[in-house]
Amino acid sequence: MNRDLISSPHLRVQPSVRGVMLRVLGALLPGIAVCTGLFGPGVLLNLLWCISAAVLTEVLVMALRGRSWRVIGDGSAVLTGALLALALPPDAPWWLPVLGGLFAVALGKQVYGGIGFNPFNPAMVGYVVLLISFPVAMTAWPAPHLAWAADAVSQATALDHVRTELTQGRTLSEIQLDPGFAGHQLRGWLWVSLAYLAGGLFLLQQRTIGWQIPLGVLLGMGLMALIFWGVDSDRYASPLFHWTSGAAMLGAFFIATDPVSASTTPRGRLLFGLGVGALTWIIRSWGGYPDGFAFAVLLMNILAPTLDRYTPTRVYGTGRRPERP
Amino acid sequence: MSDVLLILLGAVLVHNFVLVQFLGLCPFMGTSKKVETSSGLALATTFVLTLTAVVTHVIDTWVLAIFGLEYLRTIVFIVVIAGVVQFVEMVVQKTSPLLYQVLGIYLPLITTNCIVLGVALINVRQSSTFLESALTGIGAGLGFSLVLLLFAGLRERLAVADVPESFQGAPVALVTAGVMSLAFLGFAGLA
Repeated sequence: MNRDLISSPHLRVQPSVRGVMLRVLGALLPGIAVCTGLFGPGVLLNLLWCISAAVLTEVLVMALRGRSWRVIGDGSAVLTGALLALALPPDAPWWLPVLGGLFAVALGKQVYGGIGFNPFNPAMVGYVVLLISFPVAMTAWPAPHLAWAADAVSQATALDHVRTELTQGRTLSEIQLDPGFAGHQLRGWLWVSLAYLAGGLFLLQQRTIGWQIPLGVLLGMGLMALIFWGVDSDRYASPLFHWTSGAAMLGAFFIATDPVSASTTPRGRLLFGLGVGALTWIIRSWGGYPDGFAFAVLLMNILAPTLDRYTPTRVYGTGRRPERP
Repeated sequence: MSDVLLILLGAVLVHNFVLVQFLGLCPFMGTSKKVETSSGLALATTFVLTLTAVVTHVIDTWVLAIFGLEYLRTIVFIVVIAGVVQFVEMVVQKTSPLLYQVLGIYLPLITTNCIVLGVALINVRQSSTFLESALTGIGAGLGFSLVLLLFAGLRERLAVADVPESFQGAPVALVTAGVMSLAFLGFAGLA
């Protein structure tokens, strides 16, 4: 055993909020690149509008509260704007991302006193406000197709398509033969999901995020899908379909892992992830909305303080769990 | 069996009486500052809701409908609810002092809660059977308890947040309740 011994003093990198936010933004880059390639420049425009609106809102609130506007330097408003922008349809009119950024930061974060105090995921608050207020604009996704062709066609996403066709009484095996569906839709969304997965694995390797929430989300969604797909594969889609469509990968690694609004104990985080995954599947399969990820995150945010209360961590050195507060 | 589940699930989550139908907001805002107080109220409300849903159903079918007195429904329900709650309070006080201490002041408070009258009237409007009325009452109570306890958990966390001055107290609580309501819209279409 020949290990290099390093003598003290040991310098350690202090993780700063800014550093964490920048790393998460960096991990989003492959996803942004693939989305831009598949959906065109609208993705970048959305990012521009959303981030500008989020940052400007933060500056405005800081001015109203008589505080320094320099807090925007921590990058959290930028990240909120970016996450929201990636969840919006790329062809959205400009006011959609602007309103979203405004609501996300004002209603989701600054009302509660800014970073560290928000009980709900700001980006998802913005998303749900938009989805409820402008349902048509929010569900008009262009079909993924390579390169910035001029003849972009707006059509339902894979999740939407499966959903509407299932209510028409068709079976999944029929739907999968639809022209354009198997080729464009599934392959396009697969690439998007893989890009987000790559970014997420990078964050895991850097220990910027813990493994509990992403694993919980994917497990919760996968188990529910597996059970019902096993029972009736004509009415319920496979786990793989659920993992690679909609907001699954982006959500599991980037959205649900928000350290402020999620549960804070290790077991609580695992339960939080499982809940998000299972609720997403339930809303997708039985609910009234094509993708339930945003709702699932907000619902589990409501539950997070209660989860923390019932999953206390062991006090180091005592060997038993503390009494409930 | 699946009907029973559907009614319960519907009343607890999909048509949650507080977050989706906006009934019973006063105790929701008023007693949610601490988890302990809210659990007492949650217990008492569930109890009263179940009981009054059953009693008002019986009165409506066996008295009001038979004598053609439907136009007196609202006022009769109010009197019946107040009477039942007072009666229960007296019985509980004599028979179980411990339970009386737990439910305590909350029991008479619930009499004036719009959620109780709301459940009774909604049951009539949907012409529910006896069993359906009872289930709706239980479901409404469980749904109320669920969101009240979760809301209390959130508010305990909000107590230490650096909320802007103009939003401290009730305003930020109302904003939070609003976002909770948005989240519960996700259940729309489930049952």
